[in-house]
Amino acid sequence: MYDFRQVFGIFPAFGAIVTLTRRDVEGIALLARLEITEQELPVYVESLSRILGFVDQLSAAVTDGVEPMAHPLENQVQSLRDDLVTESDRRDCYQGNAPLVAAGLYLVPKVIE
Amino acid sequence: MTAAEIGRDLHTGKYTSIEVTRHFLERIDRANQSLNAFITVTPERAMADAARADARIARGEGGPLTGVPLAHKDIFCTDGVLTSCGSRMLSNFVAPYDATVVERLAAAGMVMLGKTNMDEFAMGSSNETSWYGPVRNPWDGTRVPGGSSGGSAAAVAARLAPVATGTDTGGSIRQPGALTGLTGFKPTYGRVSRYGMVAFASSLDQAGILAQSAEDAALVLGAMAGHDARDSTSVAVPVPDYAAGLGRPMKGLRIGIIREFFGEGLEEGTGRAVRTALEGFSAMGATLVELSLPNLPLSVPTYYVVAPAECSSNLSRFDGVRFGHRCSEPRDLLDLYRRSRGEGFGAEVKRRIMTGTYVLSAGYYDAYYLKAQKVRSLINADFRRAFSEVDVLMGPTTPTPAFAIGAKVDDPITMYLNDIYTIGANLAGLPAVSVPCGLVDGLPVGLQIIGPHFAEERLLAAAHAWQLETDWHRKLPPLFA
Repeated sequence: MYDFRQVFGIFPAFGAIVTLTRRDVEGIALLARLEITEQELPVYVESLSRILGFVDQLSAAVTDGVEPMAHPLENQVQSLRDDLVTESDRRDCYQGNAPLVAAGLYLVPKVIE
Repeated sequence: MTAAEIGRDLHTGKYTSIEVTRHFLERIDRANQSLNAFITVTPERAMADAARADARIARGEGGPLTGVPLAHKDIFCTDGVLTSCGSRMLSNFVAPYDATVVERLAAAGMVMLGKTNMDEFAMGSSNETSWYGPVRNPWDGTRVPGGSSGGSAAAVAARLAPVATGTDTGGSIRQPGALTGLTGFKPTYGRVSRYGMVAFASSLDQAGILAQSAEDAALVLGAMAGHDARDSTSVAVPVPDYAAGLGRPMKGLRIGIIREFFGEGLEEGTGRAVRTALEGFSAMGATLVELSLPNLPLSVPTYYVVAPAECSSNLSRFDGVRFGHRCSEPRDLLDLYRRSRGEGFGAEVKRRIMTGTYVLSAGYYDAYYLKAQKVRSLINADFRRAFSEVDVLMGPTTPTPAFAIGAKVDDPITMYLNDIYTIGANLAGLPAVSVPCGLVDGLPVGLQIIGPHFAEERLLAAAHAWQLETDWHRKLPPLFA
């Protein structure tokens, strides 16, 4: 099997060592609204730490005075359309994909006691 | 038979669309169990499309693609048909409308055979992250077809479909194209509408084609490209007749060879095949210029900040409320969100959502996200400088031929490095194509050609010229010959 780690050789610098804790990953998972199981947690602690270490090599790039790039194409203008109703009411069709609806409303657990 | 050949045969009456559609449905029936290339096969829809196409042709109407079957990557919404995006999250989602790509190819008279397997939400380079299981490479069933458009690639390589759609966010058309011996074409960002294409990273995603030849890619691109009022990032640049531009000569074409793509990470046989192809272009009268894009080696780390950031934002729509997977018996709203998403998304998707959440979070935004977008500017400037000197850039599409199923699935960074040569074009929004240029131990390898924005015609002409000189694109996997 070809050793893919050789590809690292072409990078100008290795990334830093980043160590996330279990608490860090639990915090990220909460922000991301993801339930992570006990079994998954150590796997993410390890792989997310490695990914952040890997992308940390960006910190060595000299970017003083460089504008961040937000869009691949330049000089794009937002196209505008006439302010007219173009959509028909398809609520029933769209709600056909919803897990739980009643009387045209999406149902979720009680939010206010 | 290529899509173009089928189109010509249909117009001369050699056979009907119904006959050729039945032929491909039978091939799918025989081979799909072993390849796992399709998530959904739509035989009834296909036969109805074919009958309509035959009627059009009988009236003397229709174009070069009328009646030609195709497969759509399961990332494109198809009205009334399961659109799963390779995820448990959408395993119950029947799209209520057609993506613009689907709509336009149907209007051209193409016949939909079904929806192809893919890495979950297009996040992967091996098609192993699909909730529907891995796709097998028709050239060697123990190996991956590449990803994320792995099902489309396997389907066309095994001739279960003459041509298929794909999407490319970091190499997801070109990489599987290279690993299965196909022409994989990624257009300029904004060339093709993203409406109805499930979003992964919106500043990088672009729809394209997995085809048997540059001619097929030209025909299908022409039918799907163009401005769409429903996608504000689609560009109002006229769509040329790509097929008419295929005959451009290579004489005088200035080809830049990217020095950074020939470093020690490149597997020897792949490098040799690519260098031989470059000599072939030289023999056709093109000029080869070696040049350096010094910031390009930073494209993988840049991508793995920008793409997860956009993914974490895009995938926040999956909340278990309006559509998609919902956990059973949620305790409260937070529990509903967290368990529906925890159960609905696979490991790699969750990893990317969390990476994105982290790099966008307060205190880290400047260090990661803003920094990456600045490095992206540097990479973009490298390409711009290069294209002031040359017409196209060439190099390998992938560092190695197809690897074994399971070989890299536990190591995300090793997996991410598969896309080391393809990601640059996405970051800069450039069109790029992979064309077959050899076999290494019986496995296909690809030559990548990258052009400036909206230089699709130039890329297709170069790919076509290469395919007139060689027959690598005509080679079939032995098991499917």
